[in-house]
Amino acid sequence: MTIPQANSDRDVSLPVSEPLLSIRDLKVHFNLSEHRLVRAVDGVSLDIFRGETLGLVGESGCGKSTLGKAILRLIEPTSGSVLFRNADLAKLSSREMREQRRYLQMIFQDPYASLNPRMTIGQIVGEPLDTFRLARGAEAEKRVQELLETVGLSKRFIKRYPHEFSGGQRQRIGIARALAVDPDFIVADEPISALDVSIQAQILNLLEQLQRKKNLTYLFISHDLRAIRHVSDRAAVMYLGKLVELADSKTIYDEPLMPYTKALISAVPVPDPKVEASRQRIVLEGDVPSPINPPSGCRFHTRCPFAIEACSEVEPQLVQIKPSHYAACIRISPSQPHIEHVAPGDAPGLELSLQ
Amino acid sequence: MSSRNGHLLEVKNLRTYFDTEDGLVKAVDDISFSLQRGETLGIVGESGSGKSVTNLSIIRLIPDPPGKIVSGEVVFNGQDILLLPPEEVRKIRGRRIAMIFQDPMTSLNPFLKISKQLMEMTQLHLGYTKAQAYEHAIKMLETVGIPDARTRVDNYPHEFSGGMRQRVMIAMALSCQPELLIADEPTTALDVTIQAQILELIKKLKQETGTSVILITHDLGVVAGMTDHVIVMYAGKVFEQARTAELFARPGNPYTKGLLRSVPDPTSEQGKLYQIPGSPPDVARLKPGCPFAPRCERVEEICRREFPPFVQLNADHYSLCHFAREVFDASEATNK
Repeated sequence: MTIPQANSDRDVSLPVSEPLLSIRDLKVHFNLSEHRLVRAVDGVSLDIFRGETLGLVGESGCGKSTLGKAILRLIEPTSGSVLFRNADLAKLSSREMREQRRYLQMIFQDPYASLNPRMTIGQIVGEPLDTFRLARGAEAEKRVQELLETVGLSKRFIKRYPHEFSGGQRQRIGIARALAVDPDFIVADEPISALDVSIQAQILNLLEQLQRKKNLTYLFISHDLRAIRHVSDRAAVMYLGKLVELADSKTIYDEPLMPYTKALISAVPVPDPKVEASRQRIVLEGDVPSPINPPSGCRFHTRCPFAIEACSEVEPQLVQIKPSHYAACIRISPSQPHIEHVAPGDAPGLELSLQ
Repeated sequence: MSSRNGHLLEVKNLRTYFDTEDGLVKAVDDISFSLQRGETLGIVGESGSGKSVTNLSIIRLIPDPPGKIVSGEVVFNGQDILLLPPEEVRKIRGRRIAMIFQDPMTSLNPFLKISKQLMEMTQLHLGYTKAQAYEHAIKMLETVGIPDARTRVDNYPHEFSGGMRQRVMIAMALSCQPELLIADEPTTALDVTIQAQILELIKKLKQETGTSVILITHDLGVVAGMTDHVIVMYAGKVFEQARTAELFARPGNPYTKGLLRSVPDPTSEQGKLYQIPGSPPDVARLKPGCPFAPRCERVEEICRREFPPFVQLNADHYSLCHFAREVFDASEATNK
């Protein structure tokens, strides 16, 4: 099997661990009609390392959830590969894929919609044990009780139904179910967005604690940059189906390079009136364009305050601008990483994208 | 604007109860606060805290039955709205007090052109002719930053994006130059960059028109950036009220304090987040004593037994807690 050459080859200074998952040029396109193609995910390459939390952030319609689901084949990828445990998930038969699901799990946003209302908590959490023949009878029941306690729920809840629980408790049930198969990798798709503020912290802490205990790897998908900054080791920013920036999450937050990331971060309200009173906000004009016929060249050029003519013509590649810091923007380069200091009209990164 | 008499709105001892299958729900239970002219007041709370019911009570939009405003006063410009006959309330609603909601699609009629919906406001409340109202509708769309307003005015709601619909809602709300704008989670359904646009717009329009604003939100970041005063609600009660800067710097209530500490602060390095244990209570089944007691880290015997006092800590700063003073003093110490 050949691995398509990714333009975001990682440098050696990063953690020495092997990638748990290698995504290469993954695309998910939906045909709406003969002439209307939604490029929800349009050529994403990414390595996810064992034991890390990779945050995936972006606004609605950017393709972040579709990417998460395509990795797990809950949505069929159009092309590209997802290497995991010496197999390309994107090319497995559905039967082969089912075996892999034992190692790959998902936590959903809406704890109300993702639990079957007619099943007891015991059945919901125990179902994967049965599906993968991991435990039966008394042993399965014991496992379920342990799982409930692991996520901070009383084992007395085993015979109750989802409607008897609050949003936060339901999210815990969803987490217990994902943990039942003892997975390596979990995609958490907006796991705290539907929860009250005081409950969000509980779930974030629980996810972090479980990660340490079970050496889990997370893809944490969220529109909430504050949460991403808190839980992730590295963060990837998506815009209209493309990755536009990738770095460790502190760097992304403190020193974003790509203009979209800069705007996104400057838009995040900070819970401190002193900070809020003094900060300069980059307010973007207009809405995110439709992923049907997205803008040519750099997809962000229609809203970018730094766009020049070449931006509408050349599609920028995700290239390394600083050590372990990748960005897709032709107006910056490793020698001129800060767009504010680039001469007007200059595009020092143009050649990197044309190669 | 805060010159003459100061208060635009004074809510006194408001109680709004709902008769439900689960029994009597005291959604809002004896709350008082006031709003100065030209100010922005933030109301923060989690689900079930009563923040939305408070505002529906102010404009008398509580569905009755099952809801009922049991007692209290809502004094707007010297007049108690709760004592007015319904037709008088209708004249105030939309004209002098306007509202925008979280989901603009539920407040816009999908079958009517935007022009029609905007014109209705000024024709009804200000007696504009059709032609005047049409021109005013276009002007309002321009004010809220809708490009190509003259064409877009004849579009239907579904032809606008989420952020644009929220702008249309704001245009509609501000059509009659209301004295008070109540914005209930106006940006919760929007993306961050669009949220920033809408919040900037509300700030700008507030400066230009002098409208006072009540902003209901669960997002402490939005409160920090937008408001002058804050009230924190929990289980139908006001738990704390203060000037925004003081509330963040010196919270005087364990709930507020916990809430502030549980939000990830992207500007500083944090280890484990502080977490408030348990969940917000079911207001139909409140036990005696302080409703926050089961989750509180400062809890003592008295909290489970006696309802806490509303303690004044500073000018404009109150907290509902048996240990308000101690919590307030402690948070000053940690901030030094």
